[in-house]
Order: sequence, then C-alpha cells, then structure tokens
Amino acid sequence: MKRTLSIVALAMLVALALVSCAPKGPAEIIIGGVGPVSGEAATFGKSTQEGCELAVEEWNAKGGVLGQQIKLVYEDDKGDAAEGAAVWTKLIQQDKVVAIVGTVMSKVSLAGAPISEQYGVPMISPTSTNPAVTFADGKLREFVFRACFIDPFQGTVGAKFAFDDLGARKAAAIFDVGNDYTKGLSEFFRDTFIALGGEIVAFEAHATGATDFKAQLTKIVQAKPDVVYISDYYNDVALIAKQLRELGFTGPLVGGDGWDSPDLVKLGGEAVENGFFTNHYSKDDTRPEVQDFVKKYTAKFGAAPDALATLAYDAMNIMLDAISRAGSTEGVKIRDALKATDFAAVSGRTMFDEQHNPVKAAAIIEIKGGQQVYRTTVAP
Amino acid sequence: MGSIFNLQQVVNGLQLGSIYALIALGYTMVYGIVRLINFAHGDFFMIGAYAAYGAFFLFNAVLGGSGLPMAGIALVLAMAASGGVALLTNRLAYKPLRYKPKLSSLITAIGVSMLIEYLFSAIPFIGPSFRAFPDILPSRPIQIGPNATISTHALIDIGVAAVLMIGLTVLVRHTALGKAMRAVSQDKDAAKLMGIDVEKVIAWTFLIGGSFAGAAGLLAGMTYPRIFPFMGILPGLKAFIAAVLGGIGNIPGAVLGAYIMGVAETFATAYNSLLGEGIAFAILIVVLLVRPRGILGEKSADKI
Repeated sequence: MKRTLSIVALAMLVALALVSCAPKGPAEIIIGGVGPVSGEAATFGKSTQEGCELAVEEWNAKGGVLGQQIKLVYEDDKGDAAEGAAVWTKLIQQDKVVAIVGTVMSKVSLAGAPISEQYGVPMISPTSTNPAVTFADGKLREFVFRACFIDPFQGTVGAKFAFDDLGARKAAAIFDVGNDYTKGLSEFFRDTFIALGGEIVAFEAHATGATDFKAQLTKIVQAKPDVVYISDYYNDVALIAKQLRELGFTGPLVGGDGWDSPDLVKLGGEAVENGFFTNHYSKDDTRPEVQDFVKKYTAKFGAAPDALATLAYDAMNIMLDAISRAGSTEGVKIRDALKATDFAAVSGRTMFDEQHNPVKAAAIIEIKGGQQVYRTTVAP
Repeated sequence: MGSIFNLQQVVNGLQLGSIYALIALGYTMVYGIVRLINFAHGDFFMIGAYAAYGAFFLFNAVLGGSGLPMAGIALVLAMAASGGVALLTNRLAYKPLRYKPKLSSLITAIGVSMLIEYLFSAIPFIGPSFRAFPDILPSRPIQIGPNATISTHALIDIGVAAVLMIGLTVLVRHTALGKAMRAVSQDKDAAKLMGIDVEKVIAWTFLIGGSFAGAAGLLAGMTYPRIFPFMGILPGLKAFIAAVLGGIGNIPGAVLGAYIMGVAETFATAYNSLLGEGIAFAILIVVLLVRPRGILGEKSADKI
C-alpha cells in the first residue's frame, strides 16, 4: 500500500514536471501590432489598433488559431522611424511574437521591414503604400507583405473605370510634377488608358504649390477630352476642378484616394460634382463582408470604420488565416501560406502578386450632391 | 490642338495680371514716396483674404451667404483691414526708422512680413492650414469665342482692378492729397518746406496701398478659394517684380508690368508648366541687366 502511494506520488511528480517544462509552445499565440497611436497621425494609429483588436476578438470567439487563443501586443511607433525599429526589435525579441501587423506610415514600415526580414518574422503592413516596403533595391523582402494596393495601381483602375464605365475614349491628365504619388498615378492612368484603346489628348504637369492652373487647363479643355484625370490631393483637386468648370469643361473628373477628404466639397463646391475617385473601400459597398464588418465595428467602437481600420482588420485576418493554413507558427511556413493567400477581405478578395502587393478590386466613389456615394467596384 | 497663343490664354493672363496689378500698386506707391521696398506688402494681401473670409461668417446669417451685397461688404472689410494693418505697420515699424539707414527699414520689412505670417499661423481660428474660401459670388463661364470663355470671376477681377486703378489715377492727378503725394515723391525736404505734412502723406500712401492689396486678397480668395497665412509670399514677390518691370515708383508702370507678367506667366506655363513658375524671376534678371529703371521708369533710381 505504501508502495502504491509512492508510485502515485512519483507519477504525479513526473506529470507535474512534464506539464511545467515539456510543451515548449506557449498556451497562446502572440501577434504583434504596430501603429502611430501618438504623434501627427494619431487617429491612424488608433483606427489601426481598433481594426486589429476586432479581428483578434472574433478569431478568439471562434476558438483562436491552431487551437490556441491569440494575444495581441500592440505598440506605438509614434510615427517615427527610429521608434518603429525599436518597437519591432522589442516585439520580436522580448514578446516573442510569431507575426506582426503594422504599421501605417511607409517611412516607419521601411524601418521595421528589414528587422522582420532578419529574424524571419512575417509582417503585413496594412496601409504603407511605398513600393520599397516589400520590394527594395531590386530584391523582394521574403517576409514582408502589405494589405493595401500601391499607388500606381489606382491609376490603372481609374483608367479602366473611365474607359469602361464612363465610356470615355479621349482623356487628359494633370498632376503635380514635384510629387511622386500624383505623378505615378497619372502615368499609370495614361499607360492603361492607351493600352485599352483610348487616346490621351493632353498630359500636363503643374508646379507644387501653384494656385493658378488655367494655362494648362486651357490646353486640356481645347483638346476636348471626354474625361480629365486629376491625381492631386483634395485641395489642389478643388482648385483645378473649379478652374476647369470656369473654362467650360462639364465632363467627368476622375482621381485617386488623395480626394478622400470632407474638405474636397467645401473647397470645390459644385465644381467637383460629376467627380469620381478610387479608394480602398467604401462603407456603403453592399457586399455582406463590408456590411457585416461596418455593423460590428460601429457596435464596438461607436463610429463607422475608416479605411485604416478596415485595412488593419483585413491585414490581421489575412495573417491569422495564413497561420491557420500553415498549421504552424514557424516564420517560413507562415510566409509560404501568406504567398498562397486567397482571402475574402472586407476591402475585396485578396491575393498577393510576386512583389507581395495585394491584387484586389478598388472601390469607386462618386461626389454627388456634396456627398461621397459608393458607385462601383473595379477589378484590375 | 492649335497654338498655345490664343484668346483664352490672353484672358487667363489678364485675370492673373489684375491681381498682380492691385498688389504691385501698393509696392510702387510706397517705394515712390518713402523709397522703401515693403516686403510685408504680400501679407497685407493675405490679410485681405482672411478679412473677407471673416466677413462672410459675420454677415452670413444676415445676408444669406452669397450675392452682391455680401461681396460688397467683404470688399470693404478686406480693404479696411489691410489698409489698417498697413497704417499700423508704418506707424510702429517704419516711422521710427524713417531717417535711419535704408537697410534697417528693409530688414525690418522682412521681419514684419514673417511676424504677420507666423502670428496668423499661431492664432487658433486662423491656423497654419488651408481654409476653404466661401463661394461668395458663384462663377460661371461666358462664351466669348469659338474656343474661349471668360468666367464671371475673371470679369470681376479685371473690373475691380480697373475701377480701383482709375480711382487712384484720379486721386493722384486731381486732388490736393495727390498733389502732395507727387511732391513728396519728388523731394521730401522741399515738400516739407512747402508746408506739406510729409508723415500724413506717407500714412495715406500706406492706407491706400494696403487697401488695394486687401482688395486683391478678396479677389484671389474668390478666384483660388484656398487661403492660408503664407499665401502672400509668391504673389507678393511677383507683384514686386511687376513693379520693377514697369519702373518702380511709377503708377502706370506697375499696372503695365503686372499685365505683362500675368500674360507672360500664362504663356510660359502653357509652353512648359515649370517654366511658368520661373519666368517672373527671369524677367527680373533681364530687366535689371538691360533696363534697370523699368519700362516707364524715370531717371535711374537706386534699387535694392
């Protein structure tokens, strides 16, 4: 009897020892999140955090991933590259995250990406549009992905929309020659529009900070385009639209996500009516993924999600989906699963191209009666 | 496509030139009287735009937003605000330095300019970012040729500039104040000996020049409805060059120079958008090399 007792005790001890030291894997899977919660882009960081939190909460409610609960460690990069690098190192070395979703600004993601690459910890930036984040110096960053489309893509989609939906055959474009974003958009618009069989009748640059665009716009109007592509930011767009209308142009205007500001209508008034721009998503899109997400997000945070929250939510979902398909938390396996992504995200069905940029549709927003109205979705 | 030299571009150039002309007049008047290049003049232009912006929000409820009465009140307030600030600047910053070396006044002028710009950026309800200028008089195009339109804004810009310039000419040629101004510009000391209150004439000059810049501010706000505290720098510089081109100190010269600048800039931009931004400065260099006193300038005066 005494012997049986001691055997039981021994067995218990052994079991205890096994439990305490054996399964090296943690009881939960830790994912890092990064965004500028303070600093000049604080609202971006907050939206990103909320998007990540909502996604993690939903996965955990469904039983987590790989049978384990997910823990989100969210860090503030303050919109600063040096701070970003420190946060990346901390997440990987101290918190032992298996993957990172972040961050918003391209310059900070550019600081984090080499660290992810070095340690083989996969990352998805939700909103960094600079192509160099995933593909720098002619070399692909194997572990770095992004959830947003890059700038030139919008020009391509804008051209398709102008040609197919608006039926335009002759187009003109104007852009800020000192800004790579607007220049890139216009060039891709031009190339795609020509490839579709359209004609570019005027392609005009303007200097940064100009307020009078009439000389260029006169050339544009006299070339009689069906549509004018304006790739500038909203405050230049408003001035250009006003002066175009004053010169007698009544046709449609098309642009990129630089238009997405309430100030566009305040500055441009009636001139920006009959204007269309490409954006990452529209909360008025009727797809069930969108409506479901908007409802859940609004219920949890008390306001409709902006594009940043949406893309962060998508990025986190894509990452967790990849981990679940990889069946492992090993960096290389997650990376391979990410490469094979085909996910029905809120901002559109997402796959990755060979440079780890998402291939997905863009939403077209129309300015109608001073409001942003969802018009359609255009696939590339 | 046709040539870039066509009626529409001339209209565009005249509209731009009208705004330059109103600013250039203040530059040239002040220079003519006190031999000071008032670099804060571009900021008086900015103040005019903000005063008109403020007028809209003050009287919006009473006058229902847009229309001619609102434009009239905005014009009066813009001219009053800019003229007032110009008067104050003269009294506080330039008058104490009147008989000091010229360089002191010039540097003070640059200081005043920056002070006004950063002060406006710091005031919370003005702030450093762009503000949307209200649509006081909605613009619409009027067809004036097979390939050309003129907008109601362009008509207003050119019209207001013309009326104010004619008014100024009448004032300078046919009033006692105008006579005193001409006297002071010719010889300050002799004018004083003739019993002219030189300081009073200088104050009037600042008031009139400033108010013209204020009018230009309103017009620019309506035409390019995006205002911010640094909006006066570039138009100010270009108007200054226009004044030099026409002959600084010469009133018809400033107007002529401004219209040449407006049209030249428009054509240059139509030819190449970046050339347009630089043409003003190219003109300045050429004028200083070839004809330093400007097109209508009298005897060579020392320039800075």
